[in-house]
This record gives sequence, C-alpha cells and structure tokens, in this order.
Amino acid sequence: MTDTPQRPTETPTRPRITWDEIARSSALLTFLAILAALVISAILIVAADPQVRGSVSYFFERPGDTLGAAWSAVSGAYTSLFRGAIFDYEASGARTIRPITETMVAATPLLFAALGLGIGFRAGLFNIGAQGQVLMGGAMAAWIGFALELPIVLHVIVALLGAAVVGGLWAAIAGVLKARTGANEVIVTIMLNWIATWLITWLLTTSILARAPNRPISPEVDPSARLPLMLGSQFRLHWGFVLALLAAVGVWWLMERSTIGFKFRAVGANMDAARTAGINVNLVFVMVMVTAGLLAGLGGAAQILGADHTLRASSAGSIGFDAITVALLGRNRPAGIVGASVLFGALRAGSPLMQTASQTPIDIVLVIQAVIVLFIAAPPLVRTMFHLPGRPGSRRAVEVAS
Amino acid sequence: MTAPMMAGTPGPVEPGATLRADVLGTVSWRTPITLAVISIAALFAFVLFTPSTALAQFAFTEPDASWQWPVWHAPARLVLILCAVGTFALTAAAFIAAAARKPRRWYLVVFGALVLVMFLVWVMSASTGTLRLPFLLGLTMTWAVPLVFGAFAGVLCERAGVINIAIEGQLLGGAFLCAIAASITGSPYIGLVAAPIAGALVGLILAVFSITYKVDQIIVGVVVNVLVLGLTNYLFSTVLSENPQEFNSPPPLPTWRIPVLADIPVLGDALFNQTVIVYAMYVAVFVLQYMLFRSRWGLRLRSVGEHPKAADTVGIKVNRTRYRAVVLGSAVAGFGGASFLAAGLAFTKEVSVGRGYIALAAMILGRWSPRGALAAAVLFGFTDALNRVLRNIGSPVDYELMSMLPYLATIFAVAGLVGRVRPPAADGKPYP
Repeated sequence: MTDTPQRPTETPTRPRITWDEIARSSALLTFLAILAALVISAILIVAADPQVRGSVSYFFERPGDTLGAAWSAVSGAYTSLFRGAIFDYEASGARTIRPITETMVAATPLLFAALGLGIGFRAGLFNIGAQGQVLMGGAMAAWIGFALELPIVLHVIVALLGAAVVGGLWAAIAGVLKARTGANEVIVTIMLNWIATWLITWLLTTSILARAPNRPISPEVDPSARLPLMLGSQFRLHWGFVLALLAAVGVWWLMERSTIGFKFRAVGANMDAARTAGINVNLVFVMVMVTAGLLAGLGGAAQILGADHTLRASSAGSIGFDAITVALLGRNRPAGIVGASVLFGALRAGSPLMQTASQTPIDIVLVIQAVIVLFIAAPPLVRTMFHLPGRPGSRRAVEVAS
Repeated sequence: MTAPMMAGTPGPVEPGATLRADVLGTVSWRTPITLAVISIAALFAFVLFTPSTALAQFAFTEPDASWQWPVWHAPARLVLILCAVGTFALTAAAFIAAAARKPRRWYLVVFGALVLVMFLVWVMSASTGTLRLPFLLGLTMTWAVPLVFGAFAGVLCERAGVINIAIEGQLLGGAFLCAIAASITGSPYIGLVAAPIAGALVGLILAVFSITYKVDQIIVGVVVNVLVLGLTNYLFSTVLSENPQEFNSPPPLPTWRIPVLADIPVLGDALFNQTVIVYAMYVAVFVLQYMLFRSRWGLRLRSVGEHPKAADTVGIKVNRTRYRAVVLGSAVAGFGGASFLAAGLAFTKEVSVGRGYIALAAMILGRWSPRGALAAAVLFGFTDALNRVLRNIGSPVDYELMSMLPYLATIFAVAGLVGRVRPPAADGKPYP
C-alpha cells in the first residue's frame, strides 16, 4: 500500500507488479464497489435508526451509546441479510440451506433477462425494455400453463417456447422500428414497458387471463406446466436455474464463437465499419432485440412457471430494471452476469428477513444495488476513492458503443 | 408537419433541403394519408353505430358556481356527423396543401380537436352521466403540471447534450424534500424552495457521472432513478413513518384567484384559480422559450448540445455549460415534483408513479422545445384526467386501454409516423 503511482522511477519489484495487476483488475474494482455500497448503506441504516438518533444528543458525554447502537443497527441488518440470503445458522436441519436456494430462485429470472440485455449492450443497443418483455413472456407462459391441456413434459416446453416467442416479438417492435425508421430504442422500449404493463393489467380484467371477474389474478398454472423442483418440495428451487445457467453458456457461445455473435459485436464496436464490411446492420438490430426479448421472455416464464405459478400485473416486479443493473455489474459477459445475478438474487432473497428481523426496510436493497452499479460504471471514481493506481489506456468498464 | 420544423426556427425551409429556388422539394403524402385513415376510422368507430336518439350531456359550469349555464344535451348523431364532415373536409384540404408543398400545421390542430370532440360525444352518448368540463380541465392542470416541469427539465438537459432519463428521480426527490421541509417549517413555500434543491442534487449525481466520469448517460439516468427511489422509499419507511406529524404533513399551498381572468367561462377556473406552481409554469414557458432560442445563453447551451467541438473552438466551456444546464434543468424538475403535494397531500412511496417517463415522452413529442413540451404535457395531462373522469362516469373504453395512449403516441412520434422528431445532434455523447 505504501507504493503509490507518484514514484514511477522506482524499479518495480515482483510484489509491486502483482499488487498493480490486482489493483487494476476489474474483480478488485467490483469488490470495492460492493464494499463502498455496503458502507454507504450502513451510514443510511445508522442515520435512520431511532436508537442512534436518540443517543446522539449526548454523544459527547457517552459516545459509547451512539457507537454501540450504530454497530448493533448495522450488524443486525447485515447479519439478517446474510441469514436470509445465504445460510441461516439460527434455523435447524434443511432450513439452514433454504436461503441459498431462495437466492438461486430469485436469481433465475434476473439471469435470463440480464443475459439478453448484455447482448444488446454489447451490440450498442440500449434495451431498457426487459421489464415489458419479462411481463409479456410471463403472461404467455401463464396462459399456456392454465389454458392448454398438454402432456406432462410437452406442456412446460411449450409454455417456455411460447414465452420466448412472445418476449422476442415484443422486443422486435423496438428493433424493427429502429431498423426501419431510426426510432431511438431507449424511448421505444421505455414506452413498450408501460404499454405491456397496461396491456396485462387490462387482460387481467378480461376473461382471457382473469381467474374470476374483478379478480386481477390468473388461474394457477397446471402442475404439468410447472418447472420441476430440484431438491424436493421443501425448497422452491426449480430447474429453471439450471436452464438459466445453460442459457449463459449458450450466450457465451453465441457471442464469442458464432458468426452471428461476431456480427453483433462488430456492430457494437463500430456500426459504420460493420456496415462497410457488408454486415446488414438493420438486420442485426432486429436480431439482437429478438434474442434479448427471447431471453427476457424466458425469464418471465421462469418466474411464473417456477416460482409464482400465477400471473399478476405486478409479476415482473422490478426484474426488468434490476436486470439492467445486473448486466452492467456483470460487464455484459455471461460469467459476470451469472455472478451479478446471484449477488442481486441474494439481496432480493435476503431483504424480507432483514426487514422482519432488524426492521430495516427492504428498500435499502435498491440503494445498495444502485450505488454498486454507479461505482462499477465509473472506475476512475473508485480508484480515486481507494487511492488505487490508474490503468494506462484503460477501457471503459461499461462497454457500450454509442 | 412534413418538414422537421424546430420550434424557434419557424419557416417552411427544411434544414436539410436545398435552398435553390428552381428545385422543388418532394411532395410528402404521409400527413394527408394519415388524416384520411383517421377520418375513416373515426367515421366507423364513432358515427355509424351511434343511435340517432342518443344524447351526450356536457356541463360548462360547476354546480356551485355563481352563475350557471344550462347543461347541454347534445344530439350525439348530429354533432358527430357534422364533425365527420369537418374531418373529411380537412383531409381534402391537406391533400391539396401537400400537392402544393405547403403543409399547414393548423390543419392538424383543428383535425385533432374535431376527433377529440367526436370521441367525447361518442363516449358520453353511451353514458347517462354528465361530463363537467371545468372539473375535467382543472384535473388536467393537476396532472399536467409535474409533466410540464419534467419536460422542461428534459429540454434544458438534452438541448445541452445530456440525456436526462432521471426526470423521474428528480420529481420524486423534489416531492420528498418538499414534504419534509414544508412539514418541519410549517410553510408550504419553504417546501417550494427545498424541492428544486433536491432536484438539483439528483441532477448533480447525473452530471458528475455522465459528464466528469463519462459513464453512459442513459445508464446513469436509469440507475439514479433506482437510487432515488430506494432512498426515498427507505427514508419514508423509517424516518417519515415514525413521525409523520413532524416530517410528513405538508400544509397545502394556497390558491391565488386572479380576479377577472378566473371568471372566464369553462377555462377560467382551471387556469387562473391555481397555486403559485401553476403561475410559475406560465412564466417558465415564456422565459425558457425566449432564453433558449433568443439569448446568448441559449445559443451557447444549444451549441454545446448540437456541436460541442465547434462550441469549444469558439471558447465555450462545453462541460461547464453542460453541468449548469443539467443542474438547472434538474432543479426545474424538482420544483415540479412539489406539485404532487400542492393540495396538502402527504408524501407516499413512489408518489411520482412513472410521471417522469411520460414527461420524457412529452419532451420528445414537443420536439425539444419548451412550447411544444408544454403542449404535449398538457395533452397527456388531459388524457389522464379524461381517463379518470370517464372511469367514474362509465365509459365504453376500458381505463387500462386508455392509459396506454400517451405511450403509443410517443412511439408513433419517434417512429416518424406523425412527422420527424430530431434530437440535438450531440445528445447523449460525452465530451471530449
């Protein structure tokens, strides 16, 4: 730590180089960003804690009271978050590992949707529309799940395929409009999100999706259409998580090994050069959006067929928006996205216990997520904060071609 | 409408068109064809299946007003047929105007108004209720005000080349701090001072990350929205909920009645019996329109958004100008956020419920000009108000479907189906 970049004349010794490599690596940056987010959230937790605020008035007489209250507030919140998300050491038997399976359940739709968004970001397309695509895909999956009578294995496959198709078509609207009219995909996808929300809300008032009149919730999907459980009925973990991991492998192959993926990346790196090289850029726009929508639709299906089993207007929750942050945190690469989605899944899974056990509202998770991504997106800021050496000719962490 | 006219640069000459007098521009049939399609659709949807005996009831005065106009029992079929004739006449005129290469914008305005009247008469003919127009317009203002300020914020930021997706967060932040400041001090006007400060702080985050650290502006905007949402939700659930009396009971803003103007029939009450926020909005639209397009400050701001390198070359500090524009614009949005609480409502979670995104849409539909943004925002506000009023009266169109209209209109607008919209050239591009 004593070595600073102000002394470049010094001959680098072996440990120095190692430290430099670590300091410049994105893994360390990610770690520091998460750390910074946890610290900032801890400050918020302390500031909002009634006991801390009660004892701060006599801070100079007995600082121990304030510090003790602050410590118990923060440690209480974070340990219950850990207990809710990873390992519940206060429970007994199989329930101790239930939190980690809940994390995986929460991570599944995020992973699907974020994989799609990552493809878009790498191809230079800002697809903000995962929310709508997740919802449309989930609605289709739910409808196939409760309205159609199909044999046991076929039913779930048809439901997944239907969700993928609908999600892909919904996203294709933005792709086609961009290709044909140049309409900005950011605006179109934001608008499509709202249209999807209202469309599903409306369908849930009609006999198409509603369970009964004036009950805006769909019937339960048939057991034959549900994603089978992995660890028995004690846990909600379903095979959708494995499917999502397979999808991550598939996306890796698509982007790194296939011709189509090469075209996607070429368009993202330099659209004009790609066009000059003979790549049909407009077709790529549509294909990228369809692929992203397809994956987001699968994410919606995983949520409905795996976890919720019924559809509401709020089924998509904030999956679509969280997926944007997941994709950015994972730097748009499949491996990174897997890690990021598990992290955010853990935050989602752990926050209810944190709320009940330590009275820290669930919303602190949004702050943690947002701060992580802000820091991840601005590596120079994190380097300045932690006095890390710079990275010569550093690449932008968020590689989205403009 | 066929020419990509930017507000502030009036005139029939297209920016990209050749200026030689002997070369004629291309004839664009898009506008008249669109009008023809809408005319025919309206004829089928509204006129043909309306029974000849149906009546639509409209009230032009509030029941408690000092003088009353009688409720108008409009003969629905007759009014609809007259309007339909009007739409077809305008369509024909639009074809002639297009052939003469003289697109006329006011045709579209009148056409839109006619279709709106047709829709209202059609809806009300199916209902036994009475549509109280002053109430509807008052509600329109309530819904439009945050949209207008949000859209102004978008105009200021994007004209300087910074995309502001964070309008939602700025509105929310403004409303939040307004609630706290007004509650603690007991003065709603202190709340009005605090709201723009919160907006500016949110804008500062956007500026630091997108201008200094050159993180993609859209990403920062989305993330800032999440951050503000999380912060306000968190503080609402903790500090504000523990002690709502002290922190979350903002007093209502008093309404100021402007003597003569407020007595104008139908419109007067909605426009001139309002809180100071609405009057600030009237001032803001004139000031912004003038300052952006007629002042040195506005020229510099726009140059930074259109061609930052050229601006830099003549000595304009690009990033400093952008910083100021973003912070100022965000403060405007924050001020608009105060309007959520103007009636003395307490702050609630997600009080802005996506209005920031509609404000963004209004800015695009208004072609990045304050005047246009105002018009689009009022239109969206009207859709919202009408939607709510009709839900109570009972309407043949479902509430949920009507709610999609602003978003659909925006998609049509950006896809160029109702004229081209062109953002500032350097919008979203960091500099250097």
